[in-house]
Amino acid sequence: MNQPHIRVENLNVYYGSDHSLRDVSIELPGRQIIAVIGPSGCGKTTFLKSLNRMVELAEGARVTGRVLVDGEDIYSPTAEVTAIRKKMGLLSQTPRPLPMSIYENVAYGPRIHGLNDRRKLDEIVEFRLRQVGLWEEVKDRLGQPASRISIGQQQRLCLARGLAVEPEIILADEPTSALDPMSSRRIEECFLELKKDYTIVIVTHILRQARRLADYAAFFYCGRLVEHGPAARMFENPTQRETIEYVKGIIS
Amino acid sequence: MGLPNRTKRSRLYDRAAAVLMGVLARLSGLIVIVIAAGLFWKSVPILKNQSLSALLFSSEWYPLRGQFGFLPFIMGSLWVTGTAMILAVPLCLLTAIYLAEYAPRGIREGMRPLIDLLAGIPSVVYGVWGVLVVVPWVKRAAGWFGYSTSGYCVLSAGIVLAVMIFPVIIHMTVEILRAVPQEIREASLSLGATQWQTIKKVVLRKAFGGVLAAIVLGLSRAFGETIAVLMVAGNAVRSPTGFLDAAYPLPALIANNYGEMMSIPLYDSAMMLACLILLGIVLVFNVLAKLVLMRIQKEIQ
Repeated sequence: MNQPHIRVENLNVYYGSDHSLRDVSIELPGRQIIAVIGPSGCGKTTFLKSLNRMVELAEGARVTGRVLVDGEDIYSPTAEVTAIRKKMGLLSQTPRPLPMSIYENVAYGPRIHGLNDRRKLDEIVEFRLRQVGLWEEVKDRLGQPASRISIGQQQRLCLARGLAVEPEIILADEPTSALDPMSSRRIEECFLELKKDYTIVIVTHILRQARRLADYAAFFYCGRLVEHGPAARMFENPTQRETIEYVKGIIS
Repeated sequence: MGLPNRTKRSRLYDRAAAVLMGVLARLSGLIVIVIAAGLFWKSVPILKNQSLSALLFSSEWYPLRGQFGFLPFIMGSLWVTGTAMILAVPLCLLTAIYLAEYAPRGIREGMRPLIDLLAGIPSVVYGVWGVLVVVPWVKRAAGWFGYSTSGYCVLSAGIVLAVMIFPVIIHMTVEILRAVPQEIREASLSLGATQWQTIKKVVLRKAFGGVLAAIVLGLSRAFGETIAVLMVAGNAVRSPTGFLDAAYPLPALIANNYGEMMSIPLYDSAMMLACLILLGIVLVFNVLAKLVLMRIQKEIQ
């Protein structure tokens, strides 16, 4: 196993009086696909969102503990939240293209970070769209609103948009749950390609997807991290009762 | 045993309710057309007497000589409404953005009813406030800069009107901004955008149509407002040339003169035409906004 990329220490998240994530500590390895699995409402998404401080956007949310990315605590008072988020691309459940053209969606990130050179932007847009296998499909209509392409294409566009700010980590929250099987497969193929260069954390409730993709897996149940380890061991030889039952399909 | 058989009666009720509601819905849509047609019909005498362009673009207002040039009043309305919009739009947008995007829930929920309460104040009260507070203040403030004015002017009317349309624009804009899906904000923030960048480039873009509609609603409201404006605008029959000139907007003209001029030929018809012009201008604003909206929506979903 290579160096841990993200280290979470005693992470607790509360929404108001609701204790949603209980004392989670885990080290996530770099340049692998890490599957976060567990039944609905178990804290998977909260965990994911606490990795780029998106969890703070919810009204009444409170976080204790530390999350170290490359050794830097992202919750420290001196941490720059925009710089942290730039390091991590986020892919949401339903694709949310920004209300602008296909081109501008990809160019949005570089633009807000100060790049305005049209030639460079053109290069970035083409490169990122090729990276997610979308270039051939949209190259003749880059000026069209992003909402006009299919949902599956939108999700790949969102991935390209995230990659355009050169993140190190990709956070994906059930990224295929709104997609048809073909589009889901294309996203999965992208992930397998991308893990050479990126650390990918994917929340999924589809066990088969986790088996197909994951190198490492973490199982959450009722806000607690029950068990984590290399995917092969997690799926073949889970040790905790809840994990065994979940993997066997007894609880879901 | 068995339930009483009421199907026949309830079916009758059902039909009756549907018919009644259908008629009412059609009636309310029809009212605009009926009013416009009525105004037009009453305006026909003056339109036969003089050409429309002469009426709209002449500044000669001498009813006793049969000269009815509406330009001073149209300009008065445009100046006063324009001033109100210049003052209200930036303030309202910033307030609405704060309430919708930045304010903690407590402040948001506490402020909204207060702002809505502004809408419930009768316009004559705004007029009194204008006369007692705004007019003297404008007079004094103009003095500091070396201008002399009675205070009854475009600026005073604009200020009063701006406050009157605050709640209209703010309330609607807040609703519209809150309706923008949270995930879109998250998408932008996750790319490392600041909150302000996100609001400016994504949220406002997504909400543009609705915000425009809110502004046009405020504009229509300001354009038609009568009493409060009439009390502070100065009502001099002359096209204003600056913010400190008196203005005589169309609604004030109608309210001041209707019913007192029956002996003068064509005066009655001229007033009806004034109403028609007022209605026409508001309709034009609404149609323009609609067209802009359609264009924008084509471009960015």
